[in-house]
Amino acid sequence: MDILVCVKRVPDTAENEFELNGAGNDLDRDDLVYSVNEWDNYAVEEAIQIVDKVGGSVTVITVGDDESEEVLRREMAMGANSGILLSDDAFEGSDGKGIAAILKAEIEKGSYDLILSGAQADEGAGQVGGMLAAMLDYPYASLVNKIDIVDDKKINVGREIEGGNQEMNEIQLPCVLSIQTGINEPRYVGIRGIRKVAKLEIPIKGADDLGIDAGSVGDAGAKTKRVDYFVPDMGDGAEMLEGSTDEIIEKLIERLKAKGGL
Amino acid sequence: MSSIIGPASYKLFGFFPTVILSFILPIIGIGLFAYIMARRAAPLVRAAPDDRFNAIGKRIKNLVVIWLGQFRQPRYMLAGVLHIFIFAGFLILSIRSTSLVVIGLSDGFVLPGFGGWLGSVYNFIKDYAATFVLIACIVAAIRRGIYKPQRYAVPEKYGKDHTSEAVFVLGIIATLMISESLFEASELAYAFQHTGQEHFLAPLSLVWIFKAMLSPASQQFLQGLHIFMYFVHDVTFFFFLCFLPLGKHFHVITSIFNVFFMRVQKGNIKPVQHGIKDEELDDLESFGVKKLEDFTWKHMLDFYSCADCGRCSDQCPANACGRPLSPRFITIKARDLMFKNYPLSGEIYKSDLLVEDIYTEDEIWSCTTCGACEEECPLGIEYIDKMVDMRRGMVDEGMVPQSLQKPLKALEKRGNPYGKMEKKRADWAKDKEFKASHTIKDLGKESADTLYFVDSITSYDDNLQEVARRTSIILEKAGVDFGILGKGEKDSGNEVLRFGEEMLYQDLKEQNTEAILESGVKQIVTADPHAYNALKNDYKGLPLVRHISQVVAEKITTGELDLKPCQDKDKVYVYHDPCYLGRHNGIYEDPRQALDAIDGLTRVELEKSRDRSFCCGGGGLMLFYEPEEETRMGVLRVNMAAEAGANVIVTACPFCLVNIQDAIKVAGKEGEIEALDFTELIESHLN
Repeated sequence: MDILVCVKRVPDTAENEFELNGAGNDLDRDDLVYSVNEWDNYAVEEAIQIVDKVGGSVTVITVGDDESEEVLRREMAMGANSGILLSDDAFEGSDGKGIAAILKAEIEKGSYDLILSGAQADEGAGQVGGMLAAMLDYPYASLVNKIDIVDDKKINVGREIEGGNQEMNEIQLPCVLSIQTGINEPRYVGIRGIRKVAKLEIPIKGADDLGIDAGSVGDAGAKTKRVDYFVPDMGDGAEMLEGSTDEIIEKLIERLKAKGGL
Repeated sequence: MSSIIGPASYKLFGFFPTVILSFILPIIGIGLFAYIMARRAAPLVRAAPDDRFNAIGKRIKNLVVIWLGQFRQPRYMLAGVLHIFIFAGFLILSIRSTSLVVIGLSDGFVLPGFGGWLGSVYNFIKDYAATFVLIACIVAAIRRGIYKPQRYAVPEKYGKDHTSEAVFVLGIIATLMISESLFEASELAYAFQHTGQEHFLAPLSLVWIFKAMLSPASQQFLQGLHIFMYFVHDVTFFFFLCFLPLGKHFHVITSIFNVFFMRVQKGNIKPVQHGIKDEELDDLESFGVKKLEDFTWKHMLDFYSCADCGRCSDQCPANACGRPLSPRFITIKARDLMFKNYPLSGEIYKSDLLVEDIYTEDEIWSCTTCGACEEECPLGIEYIDKMVDMRRGMVDEGMVPQSLQKPLKALEKRGNPYGKMEKKRADWAKDKEFKASHTIKDLGKESADTLYFVDSITSYDDNLQEVARRTSIILEKAGVDFGILGKGEKDSGNEVLRFGEEMLYQDLKEQNTEAILESGVKQIVTADPHAYNALKNDYKGLPLVRHISQVVAEKITTGELDLKPCQDKDKVYVYHDPCYLGRHNGIYEDPRQALDAIDGLTRVELEKSRDRSFCCGGGGLMLFYEPEEETRMGVLRVNMAAEAGANVIVTACPFCLVNIQDAIKVAGKEGEIEALDFTELIESHLN
């Protein structure tokens, strides 16, 4: 089974302290560290486990700048066989539909049985997988937390339903799935693993290579635009406790006691 | 007939010369033994290299103290003393056993030099040796067979009980002692009956008793007994020799080598592969121990040498708190695997991944590398390097628990396991109150004699930043010209190395080494024993590294630090030895001296202290690991302190402080007992 996993390089939530930039329209991106989007990492692990069981190959793909190559290498160190970087100045500022269109152009050049993406990435929109499936005219399942390979024509995929129930659906291949965290336990990738794949060639493809009209993607083609980015004002009933950890705990306990919570 | 006929001249049933037996038995025995040993050596030949021919002086000292002197035995008094008797008896009787083999071929054979007074003295001593060995065997058998001390029990998941083998061997040893004594006693009784001449014998020795018992026996009986006992001894002797390499009594043969080759340096971790320099690590195909043959030959010798005494597991804090780790069975399971994969005959089997075959991942992650097991082992068996080697193998295979992946990635990206910003590493010094009266030099910009290496937890943990501030105040008071590296400092990597992420450790080490050497300091001081250990024992080419307790003890002696009388005289203090300060680096007295310099401070000792200190739960990455366990190690430790009658636990390690503070809450002892860092106690008593 030939599997393609779409990944994204995002600011690492665990290792950053987020602050807004001076203009107030984005994060202050100096001093941020980046890594692969957590959901995508689960998707790659799942792809590797499927290939370990039934054979085939795993390709990781991303739309991004030169630095995005780092996340492709990390996923290749995990066990993905090859990587593709889709990078072009024309891609910058693409909205979800733009990203899906860029991915679609490359996917059509190959032949993949299964396309995986993370359920969502740093912006929380969770839109690329679904749009990609529609553009390719493939079936789509979102928030997948279990994959059983039936044969080379169809697979069963699971999804957790509100309340803790589980449903399983049969889906025809080729298809697109968006993967939920917790589907597996992604393996560890150390510095040594990344160095081992440091010399592997990763092709970089631009708008011309993909045969995309530069005006249809990127800023130029984006039909959704971010107009604001802010920390919400504190509403009524919300209050931030301040002080050292101990002081905060003390204040919290006091409040809980006062309101009869303890 | 003038005297008894020896086995070299005796004719069984009047025609069969028994000398044939005394010739064939040693040939079969030694031949078989040589074959078994050759098969046993097979895995060692395929093992990874190990560098054990350095520091010969220290090795000889270990041989004299730990092997010949049995110095570690009395740490378990009864078992230890029994062992010393049996061990000493074996050494003494080995001469007698050798000459007995030859006596079977040549009547009245005496080893060269043992003809005159030396022989008489030797005989006197060996008669008592045999007697004491027999008594020790009987006591040991009663102990093993009837009282069954808990430490020998084999939990079901680890296989079947080992008592029968132990008692069987005690029986063999007893047979050797009795047959040797009866062989001699029958000859002497015979001679006495014949000549009436009394031969001097060690009073109340086994031979003396047997001779007295045999004096009324007929000459024919004595002659028969004499020959029979010779061959009982001969057969038992060679059977025992060949039986030794088949189980836990292999240590009788291997112990001398195992102790000679044991670890001579403390606190450090073995290189990934001996003979491979750090720069060459990238060229290695595979990392760490994944399969049996990836262990070094010394580590395999360890497996062969284990006497199954259970002291390691008895001291192991992970075992005590119910984690799935018992060091004893790390060894026993590996030895069983060696015996299975390298059988005495037939083909050698291919090994599988150890963590799938005989160990579990949790078993290997459960170790805090506290070193209690190694400190205890009378045979010098190592565990920490093996754990680290197996973790290196797991990291290489990507088998790292999710709970550890985040901090490892943060260490890679930010140089600390919390993923906090590098530029905030020195934020502890920006505390308003502290900043008002103290300035800390940044060695990135200024210079100083001494570097205060803060390390991650003390730099970033809200509560532990207090340790950094107090350490600074102590250094200032002591007149030390010091500074910090600030954002130039990375995690020391003590646990990164010990958790098997070698390349990440190498990265951290390089960055720190460069920053430290660039700062031009003449010495390094730290209040974190884990940092102290890594900088001192794992890093190379750094200036002198000292722990704050050493500085304090020294400055008190020189009078540069002066302490007030104890501010809380009603309290009872107890000092908890951090593993990486005590066991791994031998610093036991400095912190105690400093505490005792506080006038009027009442200090008690924990029963488990100094080199028997009990780990609080582990530091560094161990704080992130989520082990399966019944209770927390720290809770056990807090209970020990409570039993010792203490209400203040003083420790000199930030990780100990965190673990013990948490454990006090879990144990429900808040208000009864408190934990205090060494620097806090000292700083609050500065004059």
